[in-house]
Amino acid sequence: MMLPFFKFGMFGDEISLVIAFIIGIGFGFFLERGGFGSSKKLVAQFYLTDMTVFKVMFTAIITAMLGVFFLSSIGLMDISLITIIPTRLVPQIVGGLVLGFGFVIGGYCPGTSVVGCATGKIDAIFFVIGVLFGAFIIAELFPYIQGFYNMTSMGKVCMPQYFNIPYGIVVFAVVVLAVAGFAGATFVEKKFANKSGEGK
Amino acid sequence: MSEEQKVNDSEAMDKTVEAELDSHAVKHPPKPYSNPYLVGIGLGIVLLLAFVIMGRGLGASGAANTVVSVAVDKVAHEHAQNNLFYQDYLGDGTTSPFKSWLVFEILGVIVGGFLSGILAHRVRKETGKGPRISNKSRYIFAVVGGALMGIGAKLASGCTSGQALTGGALLNLGSWAFMLSVFAGAYILAYFVRRLWI
Repeated sequence: MMLPFFKFGMFGDEISLVIAFIIGIGFGFFLERGGFGSSKKLVAQFYLTDMTVFKVMFTAIITAMLGVFFLSSIGLMDISLITIIPTRLVPQIVGGLVLGFGFVIGGYCPGTSVVGCATGKIDAIFFVIGVLFGAFIIAELFPYIQGFYNMTSMGKVCMPQYFNIPYGIVVFAVVVLAVAGFAGATFVEKKFANKSGEGK
Repeated sequence: MSEEQKVNDSEAMDKTVEAELDSHAVKHPPKPYSNPYLVGIGLGIVLLLAFVIMGRGLGASGAANTVVSVAVDKVAHEHAQNNLFYQDYLGDGTTSPFKSWLVFEILGVIVGGFLSGILAHRVRKETGKGPRISNKSRYIFAVVGGALMGIGAKLASGCTSGQALTGGALLNLGSWAFMLSVFAGAYILAYFVRRLWI
């Protein structure tokens, strides 16, 4: 086992910031390539006229998931060393709903709004102002909602261990679901794009 | 040069720049976006590299929280020091809060997004919205939506980057629950706010 490099002390904190910057460039580049810098394109998925965003996102998830699965299967990477966000089921479901509302009202999510700003989208600039304002509101309210925030805290838990299904089976199931999702997405796209004349 | 002259000059310059941008836009129309599956593989490889090199994934909302925490700390130091949210992002004061993985990653996102946009002639001043609302209403809704995002992302300890994408690839239970609720929330509300977009 030698991966992840950073966790095995291959380099220090200063270098890690340089890597963060370079990884960020790749992240921003591909987000823009996929059309994630445009609110209209992002939101079109919720009107089923253009499912690009859904396709990009799930292709990315299965690509990285298969890579991690492969590297850990051959004993090259210790996945227990990868940082994951602890599960707190109820606040994460509620937060997800609020975020979903914000997505379709505001047209971006935090990462994509940065790409929007970088490519001259005025609505993205206003969205970023909103995100900062929202962070301020929740920060000020934080002392009063800590009980809720820490509700249903389950620690670091992944689906294979939670459902007690082998890692490889869950990976396979996600790939099958994603491929079915792509077929479904292409189907609805054709159906709804014709109706509204959009979705190019 | 008098102040007035300077203003006139800069106005004239703005007009030239705008005219140049317009003619540029005509000569180089924006290229279509790339194939979604190829982009997805590219994005997935970037995410995988983050796992392999650093042992952590991508993120975005955390950088916004850092910016807000530093700003509040500057204006009201005592107040910030007594709040666990700000404390989390300010750290123990031995290093600058900006020396964080997420802040540097987001600086990279700006550069990478701009680079891709320029190469495809997609960098231009514009507002994305439906035909039935004004720019001004669009901006108001952008702020409202952004604020909901800022709130939701903290409740969920992450956004579409840190939770859905990163946690999704790691099969994190909470991330998948989060991802399904994001889509549920957006699809439920989409019909009611359709005036904004279609």
